[in-house]
Amino acid sequence: MSASAPWRRVAWVVIALLLLAAPFLIEILFGRTWVRITDVALLFIMLALGLNIVVGFAGLLDLGYIAFFAVGAYCYALLASPQLGMHWPFLVLLPLGAMVAAVFGILLGAPTLRLRGDYLAIVTLGFGEIIRVLLNNLNRPVNITNGPQGITLIDPLQIGGFSLAQTHSFAGLTFTALHNYYFVFLACAVLSIIISRRLEDSRIGRAWVAIREDELAAASMGINTRNMKLLAFAMGATFGGVAGGLFASFQGFISPESFHLIDSIMVLCMVVLGGMGNVAGVVLGAVLLTVLPEALRYIGPLQQRWFGEVFIDPSDLRMLLFGLALVLMMLFRPSGIWPARRRKAEENHAAG
Amino acid sequence: MPPADILLTATGIIKNFGGLTALNGVSISVRRGEIFGLIGPNGAGKTTLFNVLTGIYAADAGELVFDGRPVDGSKPHLVAQHGIARTFQNIRLFGGMTALENVMVGRHVRTHTGVLGAVLRTRGAAIEERAITQRARELLDYCGLAARAGSLARDLPYGDQRRLEIARALATDPRLLALDEPAAGMNATETATLRKLLERILGDGITLLLIEHDMKLVMGLSHRVAVLDYGEKIAEGEPAAVQRDAKVITAYLGGALV
Amino acid sequence: MEIFAQQIVNGLVLGSIYALVALGYTMVYGILGLINFAHGDITMIGALVSLAIIQLLAAAGLPAPVILLLAGSGAVVVCATLGLSIERVAYRPLRRAPRLAPLITAIGVSILLQYSAALVWGKQYISLPQIIEPAQFTIFGAQLTSLQAAIFLLACLIMAGLLWFIKTSRMGRAMRATEQNPDVAGLMGVNTNSVIAFTFVLGSAIGAVAGLMVVLYYGLGHYFMGFMLGLKAFTAAVLGGIGNVGGAVLGGLLLGVIESLAAGYIGDLTGGVLGSNYRDIFAFLVLVLVLVLRPSGLLGHRGGDRV
Repeated sequence: MSASAPWRRVAWVVIALLLLAAPFLIEILFGRTWVRITDVALLFIMLALGLNIVVGFAGLLDLGYIAFFAVGAYCYALLASPQLGMHWPFLVLLPLGAMVAAVFGILLGAPTLRLRGDYLAIVTLGFGEIIRVLLNNLNRPVNITNGPQGITLIDPLQIGGFSLAQTHSFAGLTFTALHNYYFVFLACAVLSIIISRRLEDSRIGRAWVAIREDELAAASMGINTRNMKLLAFAMGATFGGVAGGLFASFQGFISPESFHLIDSIMVLCMVVLGGMGNVAGVVLGAVLLTVLPEALRYIGPLQQRWFGEVFIDPSDLRMLLFGLALVLMMLFRPSGIWPARRRKAEENHAAG
Repeated sequence: MPPADILLTATGIIKNFGGLTALNGVSISVRRGEIFGLIGPNGAGKTTLFNVLTGIYAADAGELVFDGRPVDGSKPHLVAQHGIARTFQNIRLFGGMTALENVMVGRHVRTHTGVLGAVLRTRGAAIEERAITQRARELLDYCGLAARAGSLARDLPYGDQRRLEIARALATDPRLLALDEPAAGMNATETATLRKLLERILGDGITLLLIEHDMKLVMGLSHRVAVLDYGEKIAEGEPAAVQRDAKVITAYLGGALV
Repeated sequence: MEIFAQQIVNGLVLGSIYALVALGYTMVYGILGLINFAHGDITMIGALVSLAIIQLLAAAGLPAPVILLLAGSGAVVVCATLGLSIERVAYRPLRRAPRLAPLITAIGVSILLQYSAALVWGKQYISLPQIIEPAQFTIFGAQLTSLQAAIFLLACLIMAGLLWFIKTSRMGRAMRATEQNPDVAGLMGVNTNSVIAFTFVLGSAIGAVAGLMVVLYYGLGHYFMGFMLGLKAFTAAVLGGIGNVGGAVLGGLLLGVIESLAAGYIGDLTGGVLGSNYRDIFAFLVLVLVLVLRPSGLLGHRGGDRV
């Protein structure tokens, strides 16, 4: 163990340098589109880690998780755009979005968490749709959300006079908006990983996993299961809320169509495929499932070239693969590509 | 007898399931520092009584007093907080967690770190976390499981799982430890080890409530026993006296008792 | 008053369809304790298959009753086969797995069904060819078409038949025994595997008929129609007491009426602030209210966690 410590440090430094250079390398190697995809992947890492707290740690199946992302996004968009004529600073808005999302999480969880887990799945499923219906319809009688047209001209993140939406030059490098956001998102994603890991290895995280493993035994050990489940729900929602705010500022435009059931399912797939409950696995799942569908896009033109017409719309193919992946993973590898805990258990075993 | 000697009293406990009466006015009292055995034929209501005592079922009637305070019997986590810990007849460990983590979960109810403390790794949180780990290792050692700390609970051999449940329960700092058939499925050697462990726990000042089918174990270990049959208590007293009780002998089909 | 009667009648017709779909949820839940998320999509497949058959046969100029009979039978056969295969391939291997696993599988199956349907039929709305000219008549001051009346009566017939079947037949008894305790039922000589498979077949077949009814009622079909329909039918099942077959019938009818009344009056009640575009929310509100106030549903009984 001690002999490998210096190597570990070297590895970490290399990883850190790679992460810092990534947007520039990606731009050179694959083009600007892929920098954008990388930014989105970082956002999805945050989302997937948030859902992982709920599904992976506490074992609560939330099928409307994207609703919290929507709440965070609209919270930011409404208070930092011409829509309501307000332009609050993001340092206020991101925590606010997180808090509002958490409150929604608690409101939703409180009536359902004392029931069997499957009810929660259905209620969250419904909730996700309700939020979308509301966002679509809250343009009458008073125009709050601007309905299906969505909200435009959302303020970019701005730190002092430094707007992330503008291109800056520094040390011979050109930082476009995509680069600027990359670094902010990277910081947030790393923060999410640290928070997730620390929670996992704490009294709180152990209580969540205990509830997932056997709720009755957990209660008999003195864990207030209802409160702990609510806490998981609120924590997960918080991640979603922050990611939503970042998304709104990054895009500059949001509409209810960005928060479909399909998106909830996609985040769930990231968690399930990566490895429920394992932070590293979930990060891997988020990256894979952001990048693979983008790669699938090339299938449309390929079909065109080979067969003269497009048989399968790439986005449909993506959904078919998601569905198939969920079924196959549960049947053959239920703990995901990168399973949680066992690895750790073996390490401890070898040490002891 | 002076009330200070009594740790737990259950008075007139009634529990119905639909039309079936599982407990029909059962009363027991457990004294501080004793091993109290609860025996009876299958389906006599022993486990039901356990579940009422530990808050898993709410009794339809009757009252519970633990350490001089009435127990709100409908919330298991409050019961654990009061100082009653239990094991389960059909072992309910956290299978996907290691043995050490299982015991660490037991410390939950006596520790306080919240989300902020955990995320910021405050000094207090770090100290508490170290204390949790250390206490959990001590308890594993105490129960003879030190070598198993890193194994997943579900991978442990049966006897180890039984003892891990005891270690996990002890981690909640109970004053009363309720064991539901701890020797079930154990061989003679394992039972002997278990017996030593229980005597040691008693020696450390924890009162024991014991459901057990192994008559030799329960009669040899208990200071007093109560016998349940068809949801009613038919005898209570010292093992030797209970063994001679006519009603008890009938309940056990004459003579199968010893 | 006339509006009121009209909404009640509309609600009952729609509710009878919800009830049919709810039966599929409640039977599977009763026996396996599993929410079969894919059931709404099986109904969707039933709807689209019957639509396809109707389109095909209408072009051939067959008489309407024959077309409908063939469409219904076709949908029943397809859905029953689908239900059977899904149970066999996706759910049976997971019967002893942790609870989250079959739930996630069910969602996967649901997505597979939706996008397979999108692949076959496309993503646009598919409309029903005009094959029947339903007669209009008035009952208690409410307008009703013969088609709506036929849907309602057929739904009632199916429900009554199912209740009778479960009460009296050998298979019905085996189903009830499996619901009480699968392990004991198995020991008593009930082949629980075939009982569970049969339950899926029966639920899917009834769902197929419901699918045809939805197509006739709205005149439309769509690859995503199973989602809302499923959510509402599930709500109906919970409202009646999930696992309880009679409860699903009651819950379905009640939900149909509640939804219809709410959609009819919400504009007036809120002074035009909220419109009927909120109608899909009512089912959800009902679901949450039931879960908060009476989680066991109207006809359900409380069950404790076994220790």
